[in-house]
Amino acid sequence: MNVDWLFDFPYRIKLNTDAIDKAVRGFAAAYSAFFDGIKMTLTSFVGAINWVLSHVPWFILVALVFFLGYKGHKKVRSGILYSILLCIIGIFGLWSLMNLTLSIVLAGVIVALLFGLPIGVLLSNSEHANRLIRPLLDMMQTMPVFVYLIPAVIFFGMGSASAVIATVIYAMVPVIRLTSLGIRQVNTEVVEAARSFGSTKLQLLFKVQVPQALPTIMAGVNQTLMMAMSMVVTCSMIGARGLGNEVLIAVNRIEISRGFIAGSAVVILAILLDRLTQGWFSEKKKEGGE
Amino acid sequence: MSDIIVETRHVSKLYGIRREDAMRMLRKGATKEEVLKETGVTTALYDISLQIPRGKIFVIIGLSGSGKSTMIRCFNRLHRPTSGTILFDGVDLMKLSKQELREFRRRKVAMVFQSFGLMNHRNVLGNVAYGLEVSGMARGEREQRAREAIELVSLKGWEEAMIDSLSGGMRQRVGLARALANDPEVLLMDEPFSALDPLVRKDMQFELLSIQRRLGKTVIFITHDIDEAFRLGDMVAIMRDGRLIQVDTPEGMSTKPANDYVRRFIDSADKSKVLTVRNIMITPVSLIKPDDGIDHALRVMRSNAISSVYVVDNQMKLTGILTLLDAVRAKRDNIELSKIILKDIAKTSIDASVEEIMPLAVESPYPLTVVDEEQRLLGIVTKASVLSSLL
Repeated sequence: MNVDWLFDFPYRIKLNTDAIDKAVRGFAAAYSAFFDGIKMTLTSFVGAINWVLSHVPWFILVALVFFLGYKGHKKVRSGILYSILLCIIGIFGLWSLMNLTLSIVLAGVIVALLFGLPIGVLLSNSEHANRLIRPLLDMMQTMPVFVYLIPAVIFFGMGSASAVIATVIYAMVPVIRLTSLGIRQVNTEVVEAARSFGSTKLQLLFKVQVPQALPTIMAGVNQTLMMAMSMVVTCSMIGARGLGNEVLIAVNRIEISRGFIAGSAVVILAILLDRLTQGWFSEKKKEGGE
Repeated sequence: MSDIIVETRHVSKLYGIRREDAMRMLRKGATKEEVLKETGVTTALYDISLQIPRGKIFVIIGLSGSGKSTMIRCFNRLHRPTSGTILFDGVDLMKLSKQELREFRRRKVAMVFQSFGLMNHRNVLGNVAYGLEVSGMARGEREQRAREAIELVSLKGWEEAMIDSLSGGMRQRVGLARALANDPEVLLMDEPFSALDPLVRKDMQFELLSIQRRLGKTVIFITHDIDEAFRLGDMVAIMRDGRLIQVDTPEGMSTKPANDYVRRFIDSADKSKVLTVRNIMITPVSLIKPDDGIDHALRVMRSNAISSVYVVDNQMKLTGILTLLDAVRAKRDNIELSKIILKDIAKTSIDASVEEIMPLAVESPYPLTVVDEEQRLLGIVTKASVLSSLL
């Protein structure tokens, strides 16, 4: 007796995936001028950051890392440790690749903050909007990152622009969430006090809510930075050059040492970005004042 | 200028969807609970009509949930009443545009909050100057005025301190300075001293009184403490379940309470004022036992510079008192210590009120002894401590 029908779902619709794909491609083609404009902008933005990074002498970058590490953690030891870590990347011969990676990550983070911070502020104002957007944020965060690569390539082609777009979509979520959360968590009496002295909405936002929420917002910025770093290897699949690409090549050719070295460089970069920004944020917090 | 600065007329504030139905029920005399059950609407305030005199301290008192915090937030429209009007110097607050409301908040009223509502990303000066800053005053002028306000609340020298480094009392001084810096006509104070410990609270009450008498500001003060209300208020209003029960001077209210609720409220204050022996009793400096020798007794008295000593047995039961004179005489005549103990001494219980023991304490040549049911000695009450408790 055949009981296979028990173990397979009995009903399915025929999805015309071809049609959907065609429609998306058609859309991309129809508005190619618009998407090309964005692509150009992003590509030149990444290029500009890379130009700056590659024109900074290596020892100045090392000195900067030492300074930030020392300032942020109040220990000479931290400064020395972080500069040595940075030097290791250079010693492995990955300096220029690191600059390429860094420029895509930084461009992605800057764009993510440009959109994420205002969206977070808007969400904090409206319980309604928050309830609508939250599932979308959940989706953006849990969707396998590779899925973002396909539309990014269709609309923006291979290259650093697509990489930035995919990075932005994936990494924007924490800064939105934590900005909104931070502003909501500001003490109600503090907000009432500001209102009772006749603050306008903007004064309330910039003089009270944002400064009070700053530690939380900064945690969001840090998270966004880390998530952007985690996109480095994935983005190399759509033509982002840099350390990620090294890892990808190593995987394809099964070159253990090459993969390991490039992978280590990614890890070191991530650690540096995390620690240095963390130190800087907590430093900011302590300074306080006007 | 009229003597009334703020007037509310039939102000109600309801939370919920079926507010119309709720109003209808309330008009027919339904209670807060009935309305909530029937319509799901919360009655924060119902039909409040108040007249607040200019230049006086007007205290609104009520337990939590009585609507007093909602009421005070209606005066600067942090809350908007569902119905009724509030007149501020004849201007209807309900009719102000957004722009006018902002101006009103910047010039006419300032509020002090229960948990201070200070911004810990600014220092004391930055907090105090905040109200002037948002009204667009130039930095130099607003800092000048903020410094004056800080001096007014005796915080001079703390301008650059961060909020987190201040004690509760000092934080509320900052809150008060911030409100005063705007030079408002009316000061709204929402349980400003409730979060402070009793001693600091007394200080702050005194400070507020002296500032108010000096500047002649109108103060609307919210509290749940009847002592505080009577100490500060020129007029006191009692609220319960969102309704106004009675408005009167403290004297008027204690002599003619409107109902039992008000009477109970006032009684609760009197009770807390009653001092008992427990509050003023002290521990005796030294004790001796009946079988201690005369020499030991004399030595104890000499080393403590006292003229009498209490005699207790091993269970701390009070036997009596031994005076220096008797002890010296007994030593000379070689009399046993147990024979010269004075056993007929004034005793009192620990829960007796100071009023009760007053005559006893004044007449007795020795400090009163405080004993429990089994005659165990708990402490003594001196004349000095009885008299000083009266102050």
